[in-house]
Amino acid sequence: MSDKSKSLAKAEDAEHDYSAGLAVIAPDAVKDPGMEPHRVRMTDKSEAHEKRAARQVAALFLFSIVSSAFALYAYFAFPIVEGSNASVRDNTLLLGVGAAFGMLAIGVGAVHWAKTLMPDAEVSEARHQTRGSEETRARAIEIIDLANKESGFSRRKLIRRSLYGALAFFPLPGLIVFADLGPNPGDSLKHTMWKKGTRLTRDPDGKPIKASDVTIGSVFHVIPEGLAELEHHKLEEKAKAAVLLVRVDPSILKESAERKDWSYDGIVAYSKICTHVGCPVALYEQQTHHLLCPCHQSTFDLTDACRVVFGPAARPLPQLPIAVDAEGYLVAQDDFNEPVGPSFWERSVNE
Amino acid sequence: MSNATATDNKKGGFLAGTANYLDERVGVAGILKEFGRKVFPDHWSFMLGEVALYSFLVLLLSGTFLTFWFQPSMVPVIYEGSYAPLKGAEMSIAYASTLDISFEIRGGLLFRQVHHWSALLFVAAAGLHMLRVFFTGAFRKPREINWVVGFVLFVLGMAGGFTGYSLPDDLLSGNGLRIIDGMIKGIPYIGAYTSSLLFGGEFPGEAIVARLYSLHIMIVPALILVFVAVHLFMVVIHKHTHYAGPGKRDDNVVGYPLMPVYVAKAGGFFFIVFGVIMLIAATFTINPIWAYGAYDPSPVSAGTQPDWYIGWLDGALRLAPTHMEYMIGDFTLSLNILIPLVVGILFLVIVALYPFLEAWVTGDKREHHVLDRPRNTPVRTGIGAAGITFYAVLWAGASTDLIATHFQVSLNHVLTSMQILLIVGPIAAYMITKRACLSLMRKDREIALHGRETGRVVRLPHGEYIEVHEPMDEYELYKLVGYKAYEPMLARPNAKGVITLRSRIRAVLSRFYFEDRVVPPTKGEIAAAHDHGKELH
Amino acid sequence: MTKQKLNNARRSPFAAILVILAGLLISGGGYAVASDAVDTTSVAATSQATVDAGKKLFLANCASCHGSNAEGTNMGPSLIGVGAASVDFQVGTGRMPGQNSGPQLMKKPVQFTEEQTAQLAAYVASLAPGPSIPSEEWVGEAALAAGDTMKGGELFRINCAMCHNAVGAGGALTEGKFAPRLEGVEAKHIYEAMVIGPQNMPVFNDANLTPEDKRDIISYLKYVEANPSAGGEELGGLGPVAEGLFVWIFVLGGIVVITIWLGAKSN
Repeated sequence: MSDKSKSLAKAEDAEHDYSAGLAVIAPDAVKDPGMEPHRVRMTDKSEAHEKRAARQVAALFLFSIVSSAFALYAYFAFPIVEGSNASVRDNTLLLGVGAAFGMLAIGVGAVHWAKTLMPDAEVSEARHQTRGSEETRARAIEIIDLANKESGFSRRKLIRRSLYGALAFFPLPGLIVFADLGPNPGDSLKHTMWKKGTRLTRDPDGKPIKASDVTIGSVFHVIPEGLAELEHHKLEEKAKAAVLLVRVDPSILKESAERKDWSYDGIVAYSKICTHVGCPVALYEQQTHHLLCPCHQSTFDLTDACRVVFGPAARPLPQLPIAVDAEGYLVAQDDFNEPVGPSFWERSVNE
Repeated sequence: MSNATATDNKKGGFLAGTANYLDERVGVAGILKEFGRKVFPDHWSFMLGEVALYSFLVLLLSGTFLTFWFQPSMVPVIYEGSYAPLKGAEMSIAYASTLDISFEIRGGLLFRQVHHWSALLFVAAAGLHMLRVFFTGAFRKPREINWVVGFVLFVLGMAGGFTGYSLPDDLLSGNGLRIIDGMIKGIPYIGAYTSSLLFGGEFPGEAIVARLYSLHIMIVPALILVFVAVHLFMVVIHKHTHYAGPGKRDDNVVGYPLMPVYVAKAGGFFFIVFGVIMLIAATFTINPIWAYGAYDPSPVSAGTQPDWYIGWLDGALRLAPTHMEYMIGDFTLSLNILIPLVVGILFLVIVALYPFLEAWVTGDKREHHVLDRPRNTPVRTGIGAAGITFYAVLWAGASTDLIATHFQVSLNHVLTSMQILLIVGPIAAYMITKRACLSLMRKDREIALHGRETGRVVRLPHGEYIEVHEPMDEYELYKLVGYKAYEPMLARPNAKGVITLRSRIRAVLSRFYFEDRVVPPTKGEIAAAHDHGKELH
Repeated sequence: MTKQKLNNARRSPFAAILVILAGLLISGGGYAVASDAVDTTSVAATSQATVDAGKKLFLANCASCHGSNAEGTNMGPSLIGVGAASVDFQVGTGRMPGQNSGPQLMKKPVQFTEEQTAQLAAYVASLAPGPSIPSEEWVGEAALAAGDTMKGGELFRINCAMCHNAVGAGGALTEGKFAPRLEGVEAKHIYEAMVIGPQNMPVFNDANLTPEDKRDIISYLKYVEANPSAGGEELGGLGPVAEGLFVWIFVLGGIVVITIWLGAKSN
C-alpha cells in the first residue's frame, strides 16, 4: 500500500462510522492501557546464555545432518528382502526415523533460534478498514460506468440478452458428454445370475453343495454355479448373487403360505446383500438365528423371512427359493422375485 | 537482502548480487518492502491452520511419489509379489500396484503411510482450526467470506480423503464404495442412473478407481490449491486477527515481523509438522491393505468403517430409525438414507452460513480484528458446543460396534443411546456451556471489581477478619473487561408502523443471544468498588 | 446316586437310544454324516480309567448345571453328543466352568490341568459319538507350516472376517455378544471352534470347510500373528476408527503441544 493511500485511510477510518448494532458502547469503559512493557530474556541479559542458545541451535542443525545421513544409510543397509515382512518393517522404520529427525531437528533449531536469539519485542502495525477510500471507490464506479458506456452493455439489450442465452447454452455440450459415463441401468438391477436349476455352490471355489452337507447350525457362503468361471463381470454378478445358506430346525421357521416350498427341510437361502446400503450381511448368530450387518448393524430374523428386527434397514432380505436336484445338490427354483440389495426409486416398477 | 537496490550492484557479494538480479527482473525489492516486515500475531492457536497447510504440502509431495508406481486399473491380475498370504490371489492391478508400493519399493510403505497419516491430519487440523475461528469470533466482518472459503477447503479435504481412500481397491475401501453406491441408489428418481454413471455400469464395475484417481490427483488438489491461495490472499488483505488484550485494537496488529522471526518460526514449524508425520509414519501402521485382501463383494470385515472425517456421515446412516422406507405409488422412497443425507447437508449448510446469521442478529456492521474470549460470547460458545456434540455423536455412531466390544456393552443399547444422545446431547451441551461461560464472566467481573483473592486473612483493629484482595494492574484488568456486551433488540415497528415478521424473528433471535449477559464493569464501577473496599478496611 | 447305578442306567438299551436321539437333536445330527477328519470312533480307544476319572471330575464340577448324566438342565445344555472337541474347547479356553450369566461365556484362566481336561473330554465323548479333538495332522506345527496361507486368507475373509475382523481382532454381535479376538488362541481351539460352533458361532462342518481348509485358515492366522505389520505398531488392528482417534489425540495433540512451546515466550 502506498503512503498516499495510508494517509487517506486514516481520514477515512474516522469518516466511516459503522453501525455497532446491538453492542453497548459504554462511555465509561475501561481504557486500553496500551501494550505491556517488554520483558527481557536471559539471552538478552547474559552473554553466556546467548552463547549457549547459539550452540544449541547449531547442534540441532548438525544433528539434522546426522539423521538425514542415517536415513540414506538405512536405505541401503536395510533393503527389502523378497518375502520378508520384517525387512519391510525395518526399512520403513529406520529410513523414516532418520528422515523424521532430520526434519524435526531443523524445525526445532529454527524455532529455538527465533525464540532465543531474534528480537522478541512485539511490534504494532497499523491496520485499515478493508473498504477502499472514497476516492478509490469513486474511481472504481467511474471505470465501471465508462466501460458500460463504451461497450453499450446496458443500452444494447439485444446483444446483452443474446449473450446471456449463449452463455447459458454453451456448457450443455460439455455436460452431455458425461452421459456416456455409464449406461441407463434398465432392469439390470432386477435380475441376478440365479435361475431355475442353478446349483448353489461354495464361495469362492464353486463346489456344489448337497442338502446333506448343510447341518443344523452351519452356514454356507454361496455363489451361483458358473460364477467363478465367468470371464467378465464376475464381481458385478457376485455383488448381486451372493447368498447365505443356513439350516435351522424346520419347526422354528415361520414361513408364509406362498413361501412354504422355498426352503428345503429347514435349509433357507437369503440374499447376503443388505437392503440398506448393500454391505454383505454375513454375521449369522447360530442361537438367536439373527443375521447382523457389520456396517450399520441392521439385524434380520432368519426364522421369520429375514424381517428387520433392528437397525436402519427397512426391508427383509430377499429369499432365494431352493430345491434339491436328482443328485441331492441344492439348486435354485428361480431368480429372486424382487431386486436384491439397496433400495432404489424404481425397484418395484415392473417393465 | 533488503538493502540491495538497482544502483548499488556488485557490492556485498553473492547474496546481494542475486537479490539485485532478481529485483531487476521481478521487482523483488518492492515485494520485500511491502511484506518483509509485515506483522503476524503470535499465539499457539494461530498455528492450526498452518498445520493443515503443511499437511497439504506433505500430501502433495508424498502423493506425487506414489503416483510414480500406482496404477489405477481394475483389470484383474494374479498377484506374484512378495507378500506371502496373497501370492497367487486374483486382484485388480490397482490393489496389486499398491501392494508393490508397500512391499517391493524401499521407502514405498513409508510414503504410503506418510500420505495417509497426513491426510487424516490435514482434515483434523483444518477442523480444529475452524473450531478456533468459530469460538473466537474470527469469522466476523470482514472475514465472513474467508470463513466460507475455509469451509469449502474442509469439504474439499473430505472429498480428497474419500477419493483417495477408495483407490487401493482393497476389501475395506471396496465396502466403503458399496455403501456410497447404496446411498446414491437411495436418492429419489435419479439414484440408480447416477450410480450407473459413477461406476460405469453396475457396481463395482471396472471404471471407478480410475475415475476417482483423476479426481483425487487433479481436480481435488487443484481446487484445494486455488482455495488455499484465496484463503491466504484474504489473510494478507485483512491481516491476522489478534486476541483481546492491552494494546490490541481493531486498528492495529500486534506481533512479530515476518522477517526474520515469523519466517524462522513458521518455516521451522513446517519441518516440525513434516517431521512428526514422518515419525508417526515410520512407527505406526495405517491402513494395512494387505490385511484386508482384494475387494470382493461377498466378504466383509468386522469394523468396516470409513476414515474419521467421513465417520460422521456413516454414523448418521447407522442412527437412522428402522423401517423408514415408503412407497409412493410404485416408487420407493428410502427415508432411511435420505434423512441422514439431508441432515448431514443441513448441518454443513448451517456451519457455512453461521457468520451471516450472527451478523444479522447482532446488527453489528463494524470490522472486528480483535478476537472474543469464548466465555464473553456465551450463546455462540454454547452453539459451538452443541455443534461439536452433534458431530461427535454422529462420529461415535460410526464406531458403535467398537464401543460395544471395548466397553462390553450391548451393541443395540449403544445404538439406541446414541439416537437419544443425538437429540439430547446438543441441547445439554448448549445449556451447560452457556451457564459455564456466564459463571466465568461473573467471576471475571468480581475479580475486576474487587481484585484477586490472595488467601491472606487479616484481622482488623475492630476485630473483623477479612481476606486481602490484591488490586490488579491495568494490563490484567483490561484483559478481563476489554470486551463489549450486546443488548437484546426489541421488535420495533418500521417506518410504516408495522412490525414485520422479519423483525419479530430477529427480535426473538436477539433475545436468545443476549438475554443472559454479564456487562463488563465500567471505570466508575471499579472505582466505586475500590472506595467501598477502602471504607471497609 | 452311586456310580454303579449310573452305569447301570446308562447301559440300559432304552437309555442309549434316548441319549443318542437327544444328542442328535440338540447338537445337530449332521456331524456323523459329514465328518471325515473328526474321528468319532476314538471313543473306544480311550481307556476306561480315563473316562472314570473324567466322570468324577464331571460330577464334582459340571453336573450342577449340565445334570449328573450330562443330560442338561435349565442352567446348562445337554452334553450328550457334543464330543471331546467341545469339552476341550470350552474347558481348555477357560470358558467352562462358566461363571456368570452374561450375554456370553467369557474366556478365563483355565481351571483344569491338561490331563483333567482330557479326562473330562474322554468322559463326554464316551456318552455318545461326537467330534473329537483334531489331530496333529491338521493343527500340528508342521501341518500349519505347510498350510496355504493365500487360500486360508481368502476363506477366512469369506467365512470368518465379518465377525472376527480381517486380522482376527474380533468384533461385535447383537445384544452384548461378540466374536472374540483370535490372536494367541491355540490352533486346536480354533479348529474345534469351527467344528463345534460354540455359542452363537455357526458350525463349519467338513463339507463346508474341509480339514485342509481349516488348516489353511489357521495357517493364515498364525502367519498374521507371527508377522507383525510391516508398517509398525498396529493400533489393535481395529482399522480407521483407531487411526482417527490416534491422529486426533496423539498426532494433532502432540503438534498442539509443540505450537504451545512455539508460541510461548522464551526465558
